[in-house]
Amino acid sequence: MKITPELIVFAMLAGPAALGAVGVVASKSAVRSALCLVFNFFLLAFLYFSLNMELLGISQIMVYAGAIMVLFVFVIMLLNPKLLEEKRDLKRPIGLLFGFVLFGLLASQILPATINVDAAPVVNQVGSPQLIGDALFTSYVFPFEVVSILLLVGVVGSVFLAKKRTP
Amino acid sequence: MNGVPLAAYLGLSMFMFTTGVVGVIIRRNPIVIFMCIELMLNAVNLAFLSFARYRFATEGHTLAQGMSGPMMVIFVMAVAAAEVAVGLGIIMAIYRLKEEVDVDDLNLIKG
Repeated sequence: MKITPELIVFAMLAGPAALGAVGVVASKSAVRSALCLVFNFFLLAFLYFSLNMELLGISQIMVYAGAIMVLFVFVIMLLNPKLLEEKRDLKRPIGLLFGFVLFGLLASQILPATINVDAAPVVNQVGSPQLIGDALFTSYVFPFEVVSILLLVGVVGSVFLAKKRTP
Repeated sequence: MNGVPLAAYLGLSMFMFTTGVVGVIIRRNPIVIFMCIELMLNAVNLAFLSFARYRFATEGHTLAQGMSGPMMVIFVMAVAAAEVAVGLGIIMAIYRLKEEVDVDDLNLIKG
């Protein structure tokens, strides 16, 4: 595998993104985990840009790094800010071991098959807003409507769950 | 990007997914567990998009084949938004009931 300038740019995006992912799991306070996750999502959006997926990169920033993470930070603020003591029990080594085994298994199966697959020239600009909108309202209109109903149910359900019970 | 093998994107995706799995197993704060689930969803999104770009947007594939990856990612994002709203609502409700949110001590539906 040759070191190309694109590979260096990729490493500069992917390395910090991986560190952010580790920070989510490793940091003690939930706020710090949330900030690591925002960092990770931002860099992921730039990786989407590098894959010619402009619309999805923008929605990654707006939906994930914006809306969803604000919701997380808001709930952390509403709950008791005292830190949950993380007990050092058997779960931690078993979880880490499971993670290593899972990664080794996946990597040994997938990476050798894809290490030589390079980016061929694009013939269909599948990430462009025009084509995505076109597909969303023609061939994918039924899932689109189902998702809109799901979001409505989610809104109603979360309001119902979060409101105070009055006897 | 030319010059970056597909394995690089898939490697990052797998790493993020594994980190999310480990986080779900070892953490006890339900909000952090939710964040780890988001991490896994994003790892899968990255895998979808890299396959869409490297395999199905190129010569010999139809537009419909190329669109399926980005469409899946859009639906995953929408479902994740709904899931987070409801999940955090449940955490708030449990906190109001029990004054604690440690997942190891929650046994509300234990018979």
